[in-house]
Amino acid sequence: MHKGTTFEKLKIASFDFTCCEGCQLQLANRESTLTDFLDLLDIRNFREISSEQHNDYDIALIEGSISRPDEVERLQAIRRQAKTLVAFGTCACFGGVNSLKNRFSLNELAVEVYPGMEVETGLVKKISEVVKVDLSIPGCPVNKEEVERIVVSLVTGSQVTLPKYPVCIECKAQINTCLFDLGEICLGPITRAGCNAVCTTGKTPCLGCRGPAEEINMAAFLELVKERGLSENDLREKLAFYNAFEGLYQP
Amino acid sequence: MIYKVISKAEFKRFIDALVRNNSSFGPRQVDSDFRGKALYQFLPVASFDDIALDYTATSSSAKHFFLPFREELSRFIFHDEDWEQQITYDANPIVLIGLRPCDISALNILDDVLLNGHYPSPYYLAKRKNTFVIGMDHLPLPDCFCKSMNHHIVSSGFNLFCSDIGEEYYLSINSSKAFNFLKEFDTRDPLDEENCRLAERRKLISNSFLTEIDVTGLPSILDIEFDSPVWEKWGNKCLNCGTCAMVCPSCYCYSVEESMETNLNGAVRQKKLYSCNLVDFAEVAGGHNFRPKNGDRLKYRYYHQHRGFAENDNQQICVGCNRCGRACLSDINPKNVINDLRMEKESCLTNVLSSPCRR
Repeated sequence: MHKGTTFEKLKIASFDFTCCEGCQLQLANRESTLTDFLDLLDIRNFREISSEQHNDYDIALIEGSISRPDEVERLQAIRRQAKTLVAFGTCACFGGVNSLKNRFSLNELAVEVYPGMEVETGLVKKISEVVKVDLSIPGCPVNKEEVERIVVSLVTGSQVTLPKYPVCIECKAQINTCLFDLGEICLGPITRAGCNAVCTTGKTPCLGCRGPAEEINMAAFLELVKERGLSENDLREKLAFYNAFEGLYQP
Repeated sequence: MIYKVISKAEFKRFIDALVRNNSSFGPRQVDSDFRGKALYQFLPVASFDDIALDYTATSSSAKHFFLPFREELSRFIFHDEDWEQQITYDANPIVLIGLRPCDISALNILDDVLLNGHYPSPYYLAKRKNTFVIGMDHLPLPDCFCKSMNHHIVSSGFNLFCSDIGEEYYLSINSSKAFNFLKEFDTRDPLDEENCRLAERRKLISNSFLTEIDVTGLPSILDIEFDSPVWEKWGNKCLNCGTCAMVCPSCYCYSVEESMETNLNGAVRQKKLYSCNLVDFAEVAGGHNFRPKNGDRLKYRYYHQHRGFAENDNQQICVGCNRCGRACLSDINPKNVINDLRMEKESCLTNVLSSPCRR
C-alpha cells in the first residue's frame, strides 16, 4: 500500500451515563468530513444512531458522569470488554455540571427534583473514580475536530496528544480582547486549549470545561483575581462549574 | 527616499482610494476596557472612515499578517504506489495602514532573521513582498520604551511613512509603488518651514517618553546573571500562558505539526506560532523537558528578546512597544524585569566589593 501499511477500522462503541448526550451527538457533527470519519469506524454499539447493538468493541467512548449504583455495574462491564476506555467529554473527565449536585444533601435533592418518588441516587463521580481510564477527551461538548484528529491517530497508531498550554494562546490567535481587560474573570489562563477559544471569541469567559492545562500556576492566577479586585464568589463559582479544578483550589 | 507633503484632506482621498481598491487592514477600536480606555486591533477596513487614525497602539501586533498564528507549510497527497508534496507560497496583496515605527522596526528584525539568514523563509517573503506598509508616527504612550531600544524612528522597511506636521502629513516615500500611487494625488515638495516642522515633530516625540530602560551592556549582564534569583522571582508570577509572545511584533518561534487527513489520502504539515513560556516549549521526543521551570522559560524569552541569538547576529529583537507588558495578566514587563536584574547586579557590587580606602 502507498502508506506503507494498512489501516483497520476501529471497533468502537459509545455509551452514555449521567449526561445530556451532547458529546456523542458531536460525533455526527462536522458534515464536511463526516463520511470520511465514519469510514474509520466500525460502530458496534451507539444508541443515538442505531438500534443494532454488539458487544465486541475495542474502544469504548464513555460520556457522562456516574451517579447511580446501576451505572457503576454497567461501566465495569464495559471496562472488562474495552481495550481502550475513553472518558469522552467534561462530565466523564471531571464530573461536569452534574457535580453541582454534590453540594447538596441527596435527600434534599430527591425531594426537590422528584417529589413523592423513590429515587436511587448517589454522589456524582468522574469515570476515573470508578474504572481505569486510558484516554481523556475533555470539552463541553467535545470538539469534533479534535475527536477526528484523535481517531485518525488511533487508526494510524500515532501518538495521541492534547495541547498542554492554556486557552490564551488560541484566544490571542483570534485577536480577541482579553476578558480580564473587560473586568471579567476568565479561566482561559489555566484551562487546557484545544477548543479554539470558542467561548472567549464570543466574549463569554472561559469556565474551564477542558480542565486544567499542564502545570498551571494557580497561585499566580488567584493573585491576579485578587489584585484586580474581582469577585471571589465569581471565581469560586467558575472554578466549581465543571468540577474540573477540584483539589487545585481551596477557598 | 523621496519626501513630499500632502494636505490632510488629500491624504484622506488617497487612503480612501487605496483602501477601496485593495484588501486593507488598519487600526480599529474593538472595545473599551473596564477603565474606559479604548482598545484597538489591526482589522479589515473598507474606507478611510473605518480607520482609527488617532489610535494609540493595537493590543496585538501586525506580526500575524506576515507570520500567521497557524500556517500550512505543505500538503502531502498519497496516490497509487506513490506520494507527492505540494508547497505553495501564495500571498494575496494587502495594504497595512498605520503601523508605528516600532512595528516597522520589528518587521525589519524579522527580515533579518527570516530573509537574510542561512535559510530564508519563502512563506514570509511572499507575504512581506505583497504587503504595502504605510507607517504613521505617534506620541508615545506612558509605557512605550521604543526610544530606549532606538526604535522610535524608522527609516526603512515601509512603502510610505506619514509624519503628522499639523495641517499636512510629511510623507517619506520609500518605494516606487508608493510613488506611483501618489502621482494620482496632489502632493508637493516640502517647504523649508515644513522640514522644520518635521524636525520639531520628531523632537516632540523624542522628548515625550516617560519610560526609559537602561539597556547598555544588557547582553553581557544577561550572560552573567544566568543563575540570578530574579528569574525565579518573575517566573513564579508567570502563568505560562504565552500571551506575551503572541502579541509581540518580533517573537517568531514556532512549532510544527504533521497530521493525516481524515480520509487518510493526504496529510498536512502546519506551523504554529509558539511561545518559549509554554510548558512544553523545550520538551523533546521521549518526554524530557529541558526547561521544566517557569523561571527558566521566562529567562529564555528575555534572552532571546534582549541578548539575541546567533541566528540573529546577537541583536536584541525587542523593539520596546511594551505590548507584552500591557497584555501580561501577571504584570510582568521588560522594564521591571530588566531593572530588577540591574539592581541585582548593582547590589551585588556594593555587597561584595569594598570601596577603595581614602588616605
